[in-house]
Amino acid sequence: MTAIDADTAPEIAGKHLYWSRLRANRAAMASAAVLATIVLLSLLAPVFESLLGVSATRTDLFNQYAPPDAAHWLGTDEAGRDVFTRLLYGGRISLLVGLVAAVGAAVIGTTIGLIAGYHGGWLDSVLMRSTDGVIALPLLPLLIVLAAIDLTKLGVPDGLANSEMASLYRIVFIIAIVGWTTVARLVRAATLSVRTREFVRAAEAMGARSSVIMLRHILPNVVSPIVVATTLSIGSVILLESVLSFLGLGIQPPVPSWGNMLTNAQELATRAPALAIWPGAIIFMTVMAFNFLGDGLQDALDPRATRR
Amino acid sequence: MRLIGVDPGLRFTGWGIVDAEDNRLRHVANGVIRSGSGELAQRLKRLHGLDLPLWERYGNWLGAALGGDFGYSRTYNRPVMDILLPRLGNTVILLGLSSLLAILIAIPLGVIAATRPQSPLDGAINLFCFAGISVPPFWLALVFILVFAVSLGWLPAGGMGAPGESLFARLEFLVLPVVTLTIASMASYTRFARAAMIEVLRQDYIRTARAKGLSGRRTLFGHGLRNAMLPLTTIIALDFGSLFSGALITETMFGYLGMGKLIYDSILGNDFNVALVGLLLATLVVLIGNFLADIAYAVLDPRISFRTLEAA
Repeated sequence: MTAIDADTAPEIAGKHLYWSRLRANRAAMASAAVLATIVLLSLLAPVFESLLGVSATRTDLFNQYAPPDAAHWLGTDEAGRDVFTRLLYGGRISLLVGLVAAVGAAVIGTTIGLIAGYHGGWLDSVLMRSTDGVIALPLLPLLIVLAAIDLTKLGVPDGLANSEMASLYRIVFIIAIVGWTTVARLVRAATLSVRTREFVRAAEAMGARSSVIMLRHILPNVVSPIVVATTLSIGSVILLESVLSFLGLGIQPPVPSWGNMLTNAQELATRAPALAIWPGAIIFMTVMAFNFLGDGLQDALDPRATRR
Repeated sequence: MRLIGVDPGLRFTGWGIVDAEDNRLRHVANGVIRSGSGELAQRLKRLHGLDLPLWERYGNWLGAALGGDFGYSRTYNRPVMDILLPRLGNTVILLGLSSLLAILIAIPLGVIAATRPQSPLDGAINLFCFAGISVPPFWLALVFILVFAVSLGWLPAGGMGAPGESLFARLEFLVLPVVTLTIASMASYTRFARAAMIEVLRQDYIRTARAKGLSGRRTLFGHGLRNAMLPLTTIIALDFGSLFSGALITETMFGYLGMGKLIYDSILGNDFNVALVGLLLATLVVLIGNFLADIAYAVLDPRISFRTLEAA
């Protein structure tokens, strides 16, 4: 019984320690606040629209490039749409893509890492060499190829392939299927060390199935690298989404995203520089917040951080 | 291609027009093939071998490629290598200059930050690094164009300079692309340099060096930095791939005629032969980076032999 006490006590203290370490990290807490604000504002986009009496999607060619005023807080764009609420709707899409693609990539990576690390042998070799193979592919050119594929030629029904949300599903999918490598490597490394611990041996001795051992006994012990890597990857996914959308290969208008709001900005740069500034600035801020938060989580969850 | 006009704004729009015209012409040819019927479409399909089954097309391409024949570019109607090699040269100049700059700035910054952990200076460097990693590179390019080309008119918004011009005259076209590309890699290298340095400064041999009375500077550089260079070199070599992605964005934004822009244009313009070889080369660059990282490991650290690498 004493053995169990000794094992569980630091566990509980550890969780407190994680929180207090994270709370002590001012950059991470400020980032969390910034992200919460951006998420909240994005969710409230329709409320702002009706309160201010503006529209993020309705074009108004008599009111192009309007300067900021009481109704249009950030003015209007080249089609007379309200920039502020458009940014909020764009935030919904960009954050959704970031979150879903990062979580999707983490699920793929965790599965591959767990199987490779737990089974070892030839399966490990095959999976890890495939991971190396994916890492060796140049990321952005690869994503551009995947984004440029004509879905109808792959047998996707025409209605789905050309629907308004198709570009959203596609970008989430392609980022998830190339973005899982970091998590796979981290989870494999963590699994390799957890696999030899007594509780895993005990479960094996009791005849537990390998899927049960991986999910019930190993996964909970490799959560922290997954959490850190996923948080950091949300930021990079948002960057990738913005680049692809900016190049016209990601989210397709009229659905706004922070990236595609900048698509026309290059041509309009001399006429309306502000249109090029706002979406970029908010991407910058969001990605930076995710990076600070991920870094803070790493410091909080990684025991080596205490040595500083 | 140096665009006419001294006015930077004009130069900027002129470049846009050239680019748009280029794309429009390509779309016409693609449209003919896409429409799929008609004698012209059939002839074009046969010309490009698009009437064969997929595996046969790949076999033909692979066979020819192994013999050094990578086919013709559909856009330029010239052998792929004729187009690719000069572009590769341009990208090597761009990437070479910016990596050099990034390394030269990142290492001192990383060392400064590592020797004063948690100080305000360390905090400032850290903030700068996070900003550099988080800023969308295409947006940074856009802001630079807005500020330095459109508002101030100091530098051209894009392009490469005329082929005959001296290197110095072409240098002004390199400034903005190089700076844009440098910021992101400099930020991540600085973080790695700081982390590697902090790790090394924690080691016992640093304490020993200090204890035997070595000066701070000799401890720092002779014992600290020398050992920190090992992980740093590896990470920089492994970073080749992301440099390449950065080059694609930067070159596209500034109309710089390098590999990245070529790959982007060829994918969008369905210039398959160029796209294939371009991607192949890009992958090769990453693999060479990995290989160099392994070699650097063995060269820089005599304790590591290739045999232990294989065992690991």
